[in-house]
Amino acid sequence: MSLDALLARGREVACQPWARHVLTPDAWTELRGVVLDLLGLWADPHAVHALLHQDGAYRLASVEVRDGAFPALSPAFPAAAWFERMIADLWGHRAEGGTDERAWIDHGRWDHAAPMAARPGGPGRPQPEFLAHEGDDIHEIPVGPVHAGIIEPGHFRFSVQGETVVRLEIRLGYTHKGTLGLLNGKSPRAAARFAARLSGDTTVAHSVAFARAAEAACGTAAPPRADALRAVMTEMERIANHLGDCGAIANDAAFAFLPARFHWHREQMLAAAQTAFGHRLMMDAVVPGGVSVDIVAAGPGAIEAALHRLEVELPNLLRVYEDYSSLVDRMVTTGIVSTEQAQRFAAGGYVGRASGRDVDLRQSPGYPPYDRLELAVPVLQEGDVDARFRVRIAEIHASTLLLRSLLPALPDGPIAASLPMATGEGIGWAEGFRGDIWHWMRLEGGIITAAFMRDPSWLQWPLLQAAIRGNIVADFPLCNKSFNCSYSGVDL
Amino acid sequence: MVWRHVAGRLFSPPLTVAAEKLDEREIAELAERLHATARRTLGRSLSIRQVDAGSCNGCELEINMLNSVVYDLERFGLHFVASPRHADVMMVTGPTARNMREGLLRTHAAAGEPKFVVAVGDCAIDGGVFKGSYAVDGAVANAVQVDLVIRGCPPSPAQMLVGLRLLLEANAGP
Ligand code: SF4
Repeated sequence: MSLDALLARGREVACQPWARHVLTPDAWTELRGVVLDLLGLWADPHAVHALLHQDGAYRLASVEVRDGAFPALSPAFPAAAWFERMIADLWGHRAEGGTDERAWIDHGRWDHAAPMAARPGGPGRPQPEFLAHEGDDIHEIPVGPVHAGIIEPGHFRFSVQGETVVRLEIRLGYTHKGTLGLLNGKSPRAAARFAARLSGDTTVAHSVAFARAAEAACGTAAPPRADALRAVMTEMERIANHLGDCGAIANDAAFAFLPARFHWHREQMLAAAQTAFGHRLMMDAVVPGGVSVDIVAAGPGAIEAALHRLEVELPNLLRVYEDYSSLVDRMVTTGIVSTEQAQRFAAGGYVGRASGRDVDLRQSPGYPPYDRLELAVPVLQEGDVDARFRVRIAEIHASTLLLRSLLPALPDGPIAASLPMATGEGIGWAEGFRGDIWHWMRLEGGIITAAFMRDPSWLQWPLLQAAIRGNIVADFPLCNKSFNCSYSGVDL
Repeated sequence: MVWRHVAGRLFSPPLTVAAEKLDEREIAELAERLHATARRTLGRSLSIRQVDAGSCNGCELEINMLNSVVYDLERFGLHFVASPRHADVMMVTGPTARNMREGLLRTHAAAGEPKFVVAVGDCAIDGGVFKGSYAVDGAVANAVQVDLVIRGCPPSPAQMLVGLRLLLEANAGP
């Protein structure tokens, strides 16, 4: 069935740039039979909302919560399960018929369960049991939340037979900061600092998606110079993170030379950001309405110098990578995500693109200034650690070209527009280094009354669970680094 | 080919940034504070265990850069360890997310005495922008005794390096 035919049966609510369709519980349940990508699921105190995609069209659907429940979508869309658990934990809405009703980010440590509900409840739910395993000779390896390295906290429960991983179950929520709750009651301008800190590595791209949602809700657009500067920052952030990841992947294969060089280049990019925009990660530089800082006169030169050094050495680094069979042996055929799996979870970013999914929000649905720029999106089919490494290398190259066309042609004019005290709803998006980022918000008199921020990792973490199956435990760090999913981004 | 890169670099300047000069007064003040808690001093080499108590990952990104060739933490006798049992120093980030509080306390308890705790980043110092949320306890000092704070959101690796070296000097004494 076509998604639009089903949505047409609902009541339309204004949301920019795409209307939201409020369905009856029965019509919502029929979504289970439609072939589509489920990109996100979230709630407010009275309804549950979904972001859906079918044949290049993005659609918003909602269902009112009745007697504390709504029909689950997880029986048809496996990615819905974590969202449904999150909705139960934060808003207290039960997903009826869901595949997993265990608690998720509520670890029983808050004063109230369902802290985002109209009326928060009593003490939270205790942390759930891990899935039981059947079969002989299976033992469990618990890892985390405090890991050996300097990374975010999370718990990995491996069920292992000999050396082989039979199942990995990931438990997150340890960095839950109540970010969504902090947005409510603030103006987009005041709330932007939370979007900038949802996942610190993606501070720019999350800020862009948040700003664009606010601008859509207000019916305002950022000035052309702001759009161009946002893209400059986004591409710098992408390059810096990909460099860090490439180094970290090689490091987990015990190949010290590559991380030394990749991290040196990463530092050059961060130092260029400091010169150009006054902050190494460019935090709070993107704000609703535009950007808060203009690029300094020395900025373009500093960025170009870093790009040039990188461009000169990158082919050599790739050759070193390919020359060492011990390294290649660890990467190739490790942690495979099939195209079918990636499609089922609608994964974006390097995880999706290394598994044959040609998706990139800069191209479709597109947003300024990318709609006037040439962009090469690398897509590979293998779906292994090596493919995720190579997609990153290709994206570093593509972002370098984008920066080279953006920097010499920055439009003149103001860097920000002021936002009216509007009432409305908007959805904004941006392609961060991990993939597709979506922010939705509702404003009443210029104040946020409901919002959601969807990090790409929501659709990638479950694939990590799938990718490690059948691999040896020792390859997990490598697999994990090649995904580099965000903890804070999904812990909210 | 690695050797050709290595050979080429023999004739180029070092990649590492020069060590900033430390403020003697700050060392003395910190030494006094540490002394007041009457802890046995450790040697001139400190092992660090990092704990993320709910950070946004911004602080971790910059802490990781301390290990890069540019900041090369180990030249000062400082290095990161995997186990809290081996740690002399705990670097803690984040606004003490309630869901991570027990993880922080248990890691802290697992580290031997004496130990120093460094609160890294504005979140760890007072909860930062997350102050007042139902899901955080705010300052790391509410959970464990903090000896040194390094401000910033996130602090730069250079700032962290200064803080850690201050601790090294103040601990070792004259
Ligand atoms: S201090 Fe800033 S960078 Fe560090 S964890 Fe807090 S918000 Fe993130």
